[in-house]
Amino acid sequence: MKNTVFLGTLAAAGLVAGFASAATLDDVKARGELNCGVNTGLVGFAAPDANGNWSGFDVAICRAMAAAVLGDASKVRFVPTTGQTRFTALASGEVDILSRNTTWTFSRDADLKFTFTGVNYYDGQGFMVNKALGVTSAKELDGATICIQTGTTTELNLADFFKSNNMNYDPVPIETNAEGEQQFLAGACDAYTTDASGLAATRAAFANPDEYVILPEIISKEPLGPLVRQGDDQWADIGRWTLNALIAAEEYGVTSANIEELSKGTDNPEINRLLGAGEDNLGAMLGLEKDWAKKAIIGAGGNYGEIFAATIGESTPIGLARGLNAQWTQGGLLYSPPFR
Amino acid sequence: MATATGAPKASFRLSMLLYDTRYRSMTIQVVVLLLFMAGVAWLVDNTIRNLETLGKDFSYGFLWNRAGYDINQTLVQYSNDSTHARAMLVGLLNTLLVAFMSCAAATVLGLIIGVLRLSPNWIIGRLTTVYVEVFRNIPVLLWILVAYAIFTEVMPPPNAFRGDTPTASMILFDSVALTNRYTAVPDPLFSRSLGNIDLGLFLVSVDLLAIIVVITGSILANRAILARATRVQNATGIRPVTWWKSLAVLVLPLLLLLVALGFHVERPQLRGFNFTGGINVSNSLMALWLGLTLYTTAFIAEIVRAGIASVSHGQTEAAFALGLRPGHTMRLVILPQALRVIVPPLISQYLNITKNSSLAIAVGYMDLRGTLGGITLNQTGRELEAVLLMMLIYLAISLVISGVMNLYNNSVKLKER
Repeated sequence: MKNTVFLGTLAAAGLVAGFASAATLDDVKARGELNCGVNTGLVGFAAPDANGNWSGFDVAICRAMAAAVLGDASKVRFVPTTGQTRFTALASGEVDILSRNTTWTFSRDADLKFTFTGVNYYDGQGFMVNKALGVTSAKELDGATICIQTGTTTELNLADFFKSNNMNYDPVPIETNAEGEQQFLAGACDAYTTDASGLAATRAAFANPDEYVILPEIISKEPLGPLVRQGDDQWADIGRWTLNALIAAEEYGVTSANIEELSKGTDNPEINRLLGAGEDNLGAMLGLEKDWAKKAIIGAGGNYGEIFAATIGESTPIGLARGLNAQWTQGGLLYSPPFR
Repeated sequence: MATATGAPKASFRLSMLLYDTRYRSMTIQVVVLLLFMAGVAWLVDNTIRNLETLGKDFSYGFLWNRAGYDINQTLVQYSNDSTHARAMLVGLLNTLLVAFMSCAAATVLGLIIGVLRLSPNWIIGRLTTVYVEVFRNIPVLLWILVAYAIFTEVMPPPNAFRGDTPTASMILFDSVALTNRYTAVPDPLFSRSLGNIDLGLFLVSVDLLAIIVVITGSILANRAILARATRVQNATGIRPVTWWKSLAVLVLPLLLLLVALGFHVERPQLRGFNFTGGINVSNSLMALWLGLTLYTTAFIAEIVRAGIASVSHGQTEAAFALGLRPGHTMRLVILPQALRVIVPPLISQYLNITKNSSLAIAVGYMDLRGTLGGITLNQTGRELEAVLLMMLIYLAISLVISGVMNLYNNSVKLKER
């Protein structure tokens, strides 16, 4: 009997492990809706408003995908995932794409069998503390209690950072950003660590953001990007080139204001190819409409720079500077391969 | 009268499997078993195929890789250089710790409240009824979260103990600090320690072993003294005075040992961000312990009440008539009969506590679910392996508890002759 119980649980767990479908594009078209895995709530990146409408930097990627594939940016079902549930949700097919401040690492790419479709935000791990503590550097955090989201790369970076600096700490594992916020504000931890962009977004939601300071040390490289299941190259290509279209649009000066104008045809053949204004039909190569990129840019609410400015840029409460996330022509790392 | 010497031997036909009542039940069982096994085979096959599609293999090799993460409560040596298997052991011990603490506390409290519910005193009876109804009708997760929220929001942060005019102060002669992160308590230390024995998996303190040996010896010696007193009483009718002998045997050897080992306590001191020097009992452990205990106490109280109520009042009256005092009546007459009813449902409550302890993740307590089923699972991406292993471990713990408690049940149940 115990044997059968064991086999039964084995099988049940196997079912959960899921069904990977080869042709995600066909599935999404048949469903008429894109399932997109996002954060459970990180202001600026992915958060629902009072009416339940999701908006944010990561959300815009999903809207662009939905617009490119289905022609309608509103046909997205957002699935909130925690640091722990996100990979299972993607691997099991519950979501078609995961756009949730996820760090591109070797083992996630090679061992967890995912394909990262690019980097939409170059980030690094930082620390936030209360100003009253008088701490000015992360190297002064010896013996501190630190809140950390479990199931993330930050957990491993933190262990490495304290080890290499010969310091001790007391980790407080938390499940979601909201929980971490509450613990940190209650003083249950001295410092809160996550990606610097996430810290800025979290701080922006505090009642008194000025009382908290983000320490200057950035202890890791965190290239954040959307990812899909490995093994469906067409779907990965759609994800990759949708992101590239948003980046390229900024580089070529295509904005939500002038896109209709430019899509009638311009002197720049690259813009014509991007927007489907010329002879070349790049969309067909992806299995999409000719004007897929135009729809994606409109659906996302503009090019990369416009999305950045509207969701997390310096004029928003989150107030992030472009920094590494500027175009390569501006000294940043954003560089889209040519549309040719 | 003619008697049949035996029915003519009918030859076996295939249709008899269905129409002959001698074979029918066997046929049905075989068919159902085959169907069940086919279902299991389909599920296993499905799993293997899907794993292949995902390009994943099924292997427990990851358990021997470096874990890379830190755990806030470790009962055995652990660092982020240890293996995932080691992290699993740490989680398992944390699970067992909180389960044991909760079982012990819930049993004691449950017994008290169960007896009080039968009290003829109106106020005590009603109060305990309210307790039972409130605690058993609200999900245990909420109790755990409430306890945690109270600890986190009400207690002062360690910072508040700092400075010339601190807003918070330590209690019990400056030895215990209640903070919103942990309760800092003094650490018992030995200045002439005997060291540790390395058992491979973990270190065992020789000091602790010595203390256990001495206490066990004291208890055995005390029993011998009491047995001798009883023998003397049976022979002469006069019971010799034993209390000072018992006291000496129980206390003196332990005191001598502690002095020999150089026993002292180190008080927690606020250094840097946190209290150090003492033992910091994390609030997540306290909240989990409190939540599980208060919740399960309500159930155990009902079990105890039902057990005592199941013994007919005639038994009490008969015992009184024989001249037994109330204490003896409870211990020798009522409880042995009540235990027969109490112990079996008590076993399921112990199992419930152990399984409910997996709610630890809600308050950041790193139990088996938090290490193996949480961080390890997430960092290695081995969902199937980790979840199966975790289920197997919980199953094993439960079967062990169940087995031990059944042994106990056999020893206390009413012997019917």
